[in-house]
Amino acid sequence: MSAAGPAAAIASAVRAGDRSAISAVEESLAAIDAAGELGAFNAVTAEAALARAGAIDRAVEAGEDPGPLAGVPVALKDNICTRGVPTTCSSRILEGWVPPYDATVVDLLGAAGAVIVGKTNMDEFAMGSSTENSAFGPTRNPCDPERVPGGSSGGSAAAVAGGLTPLALASDTGGSIRQPASLCGVVGMKPTYGRVSRYGLVAFASSLDQIGPMASTVGDAALLYSAIAGHDPLDSTSIPEPAGDLTGALAGDVDGLRVGVVSELCGDGIDGDVRARLDAAATALASAGAQVGEVSVPAAVFGLSAYFLIAPAEASSNLARYDGVRYGLRVPAPGAVDMNVATRTAGFGDEVKRRIMLGTFALSAGYYDAYYGKAQKVRTLVVRDFAAAYERFDVLLAPTSPTVAFRFGERTANPLAMYLSDVCTVASNLAGHPAISVPFGSGSDGLPVGVQVLAPALGEHVMFRAAAALERLLTGAQAPEGATEPVEAKP
Amino acid sequence: MSDRPGAGADIVWQAGSPGLGAPAGTEWETVIGLEVHAELLTGTKLFSASPNAFGGEPNTQIDPVCLGLPGTLPVLNRHAVELAIRVGLALGAEVRPSVFARKNYYYPDMPKNFQISQYDRPINVGGSLELPSGKVVGIVRAHLEEDTGKSTHVGGGGRIDEAAWSLVDYNRAGVPLLEIVSHPDLRSAAEAREYVTELRATLLAVGASDGKMEEGSLRVDANVSVRPLGSAEFGTRCEIKNVNSLRSLGRAVEHESRRQIDLLSSGERVTQETRHWNEDTGRTSLLRSKEEATDYRYFPEPDLVPLVPDEAWIEQIRAELPLLPRQRRHRLAAATGQLPARVALVVERGQDELALAAGEAGAAPAAVLKHLEQNLADGTGRLTAPGLAELIGMEARAELSSNQVKEVLAEMVRSGESPAVVARRAGFEAVAAGELAAVVDGIIAEHPAEWQRLRTGDDRERKKMQGFFTGQVMRATKGQANGRDVAALLEDRAEA
Amino acid sequence: MADRISRADVAHVAWLARLQLGAEELERFTSQLGDVLDHATDVEALDLDGVPATSHPYPVSNVLRDDVPGPGLDRADVLAQAPDTEAGQFRVPPVRGESP
Ligand SMILES: [Mg+2]
Ligand SMILES: [Zn+2]
Repeated sequence: MSAAGPAAAIASAVRAGDRSAISAVEESLAAIDAAGELGAFNAVTAEAALARAGAIDRAVEAGEDPGPLAGVPVALKDNICTRGVPTTCSSRILEGWVPPYDATVVDLLGAAGAVIVGKTNMDEFAMGSSTENSAFGPTRNPCDPERVPGGSSGGSAAAVAGGLTPLALASDTGGSIRQPASLCGVVGMKPTYGRVSRYGLVAFASSLDQIGPMASTVGDAALLYSAIAGHDPLDSTSIPEPAGDLTGALAGDVDGLRVGVVSELCGDGIDGDVRARLDAAATALASAGAQVGEVSVPAAVFGLSAYFLIAPAEASSNLARYDGVRYGLRVPAPGAVDMNVATRTAGFGDEVKRRIMLGTFALSAGYYDAYYGKAQKVRTLVVRDFAAAYERFDVLLAPTSPTVAFRFGERTANPLAMYLSDVCTVASNLAGHPAISVPFGSGSDGLPVGVQVLAPALGEHVMFRAAAALERLLTGAQAPEGATEPVEAKP
Repeated sequence: MSDRPGAGADIVWQAGSPGLGAPAGTEWETVIGLEVHAELLTGTKLFSASPNAFGGEPNTQIDPVCLGLPGTLPVLNRHAVELAIRVGLALGAEVRPSVFARKNYYYPDMPKNFQISQYDRPINVGGSLELPSGKVVGIVRAHLEEDTGKSTHVGGGGRIDEAAWSLVDYNRAGVPLLEIVSHPDLRSAAEAREYVTELRATLLAVGASDGKMEEGSLRVDANVSVRPLGSAEFGTRCEIKNVNSLRSLGRAVEHESRRQIDLLSSGERVTQETRHWNEDTGRTSLLRSKEEATDYRYFPEPDLVPLVPDEAWIEQIRAELPLLPRQRRHRLAAATGQLPARVALVVERGQDELALAAGEAGAAPAAVLKHLEQNLADGTGRLTAPGLAELIGMEARAELSSNQVKEVLAEMVRSGESPAVVARRAGFEAVAAGELAAVVDGIIAEHPAEWQRLRTGDDRERKKMQGFFTGQVMRATKGQANGRDVAALLEDRAEA
Repeated sequence: MADRISRADVAHVAWLARLQLGAEELERFTSQLGDVLDHATDVEALDLDGVPATSHPYPVSNVLRDDVPGPGLDRADVLAQAPDTEAGQFRVPPVRGESP
């Protein structure tokens, strides 16, 4: 069993009455306050959080169990709707909008005893890989403030990496949880599509979006995932079967586990540092008894092309509702159409406009078959490629990001270069499979590197098992008096 | 909304203008296909739980989903699907696995700026509607979609293009609609009206819609083209919008076909376009040309999953279907030995059950139909089938005069009593046959000159004298004699 | 795939999406979108004949809800979020032309 993460530690202390939820929340709020320059939060809900923590403490005093996340401060990506608390998607167009309802995950967090402390910064409407596309300014990487935290969930990643909150929720459409987790040195997980309700998640690309946990340990990520996974009748794409119990997954060994390293993601386009850490992870797993081999998954690479047609197409339609009529920004104009145009032109940033136009083009008359239609067929091939790989392997191993955290402005001028940040992650979204990024040491310049464990649909159990093992293997390797073999050694 | 492919059905309309150079005196045929949007009678909206009700205060029947708030997701209403299947089965359509799609266009009363509809895989495909006249109109498809909100244009005297601003009410947004698309099988304004009337009756019969055109729960768009009579090709069509009543439908179709015929007759072309019917001016005017048609960028709705009704569900719905107007016409026609068209009025008035029961109680079908059509236009009230049958028997046995029959029937409608009871109370005791003969003979004896004129006069004279003697007999019997019996007696005596 | 996306294509797409582009933006976006679409040509090497489209990653069907009314939103709360309102309705600048 991996050592209890900070979230698990808070929850068990609060439930046992050894620590107050108020103290945990105050600690978190103070850390957020002190780390203002990170730009991790769009809004901090201190008052409500303290009130909520007080209620949890009273419940404990009354002999009740507030739940598995009792008193744990949680940050929410600012595209998850919170009743009475502004939800902006880091966009001017939604500035000031206050949702009249809570996302299903917010209800579930409440039921689990968690305390929401604020809303985190992100690339506008989750479009980006650096959190530079926020209308409210960028988020900085706590590991190196001159570098991006990744994106689009940069704020949630920075909140956890900077120790501001032990847990954060984020969303992943093409890697938006896993890539920033990798760049900030935390754990980030995208569940099987349909495992976690999307009700209340402001849509980017509906058939790809999933909410998932970010945490500093695999165990904490599993704890948060377990609190939010399950069927939701408000989401038609929610998987009807109950989410499985992860008990045993975190303690399970990898002896005999078949691990396939995706060969397409070990070569060109992947930084040497990243490749080295991937090799180290593979070697560590092998040394722990896993059967590690290479596997070709061509779709892992060409999926990116399909992704950059499908996601913008769905986004172009999802974002049509921001028109200045019912909520959010309105730029006045003499006629309704002019008003729509003026509002959208002023309210959206360049990246959002690019993707809306790309998606509109991919769906437009005369181009549908060549672009959107073709991308959906490619998506079928992605599913088939993975199915073939999973006939031979229980999980797959790949880098999360082709590079470590890059500097601000490095890729903003070249959208295509930015899009390539997602090359290792998008295929899981296209296939709807779960995947997790686990920190596995750092590169030559000391920046964190994550490795990604991919599993077939509903394979969260085996995915967490491999991820927890990797975490233990890394910790063991770095512990000077550890009994485990060092994992740095190449075979 | 329209502009969908025919889901494997025939190409519906083709461009091309056969009217060009049509010789003078060409006879023209109007070709009409209709798209009917029917609001379904559910308790809640198609994709969310806010109420589906007409006429509430603006923006009081709304929830996050039908308002399209960020983060919300649609979940399909089972009852709406059931109603759609009922209509499909009533039309003899094939109920198929279907997929929802997004139709993307901007309009302030559309909360998401896309409409969730069905595109290339609608729930109901094919089928037909048999009109009372016996004409069978093909159905292309009947698919589910959500309604929009409602815009009110303020200022500028309510004219849309001169309005100062617009107000939007989303109560109607998300109300379930069934769009029923016909083949272009209709050939006149009258047929178009007959089709909508029959479709409405069918929707009402299966409980799918309240069919209130005046409240907008039934809305009709008409695709109209004309072609030289006998031509096999279709002319270029125009789609007519804003037809808000059956009467408007007839007027709009007539005006539009006249407009197209005038164009073609004078050597001009009809251009494919969408036109707006203006009730006040009685004209259609250009709304959008084909070139201006919006690129709707349909794609499968990713927030919904395929709808695959299983056979058991479909069969259960089929088993629960009531008799349809067409079936009721055929049933009554068979029972009365008439053509279905002949009994359509009685079925339309919902009097067919009474007619059948009266027949079963022994009444002659022709007499039943006669009374229903001629004397019971305002309803049958408390009239019972056995009562009607008994009355028809009394009438056949000449126990009541025709005036008395009408009076008794009216009283039966009011009170539900038997004709014998009503007739007795009114003093309509029929004059016994022997008594009547004595009265007739007495009056002949009293008026020998007139009797001579009746026997020997020309037709005109004879008729006049028949009237005279009948009147005398009626006076003597205080109107209780049966006219037919009197005539028979007079004839008998005259021939003697 | 088709020819490289043109400025006219981008201008048309911007109109469809209710966005307005300045001359510089039109130029820049045309070039950037062209790069992305060029990159997407790598899928041309794939044999997609007879391959069905995937629009949902996880196969679920017939998700239906009972026809039971649920709580709605309070009109005042909803209108409080609107840029402009009048008489319980959302007020917008004049709409020219009818819904398609
Ligand atoms: Mg239509
Ligand atoms: Zn329609």
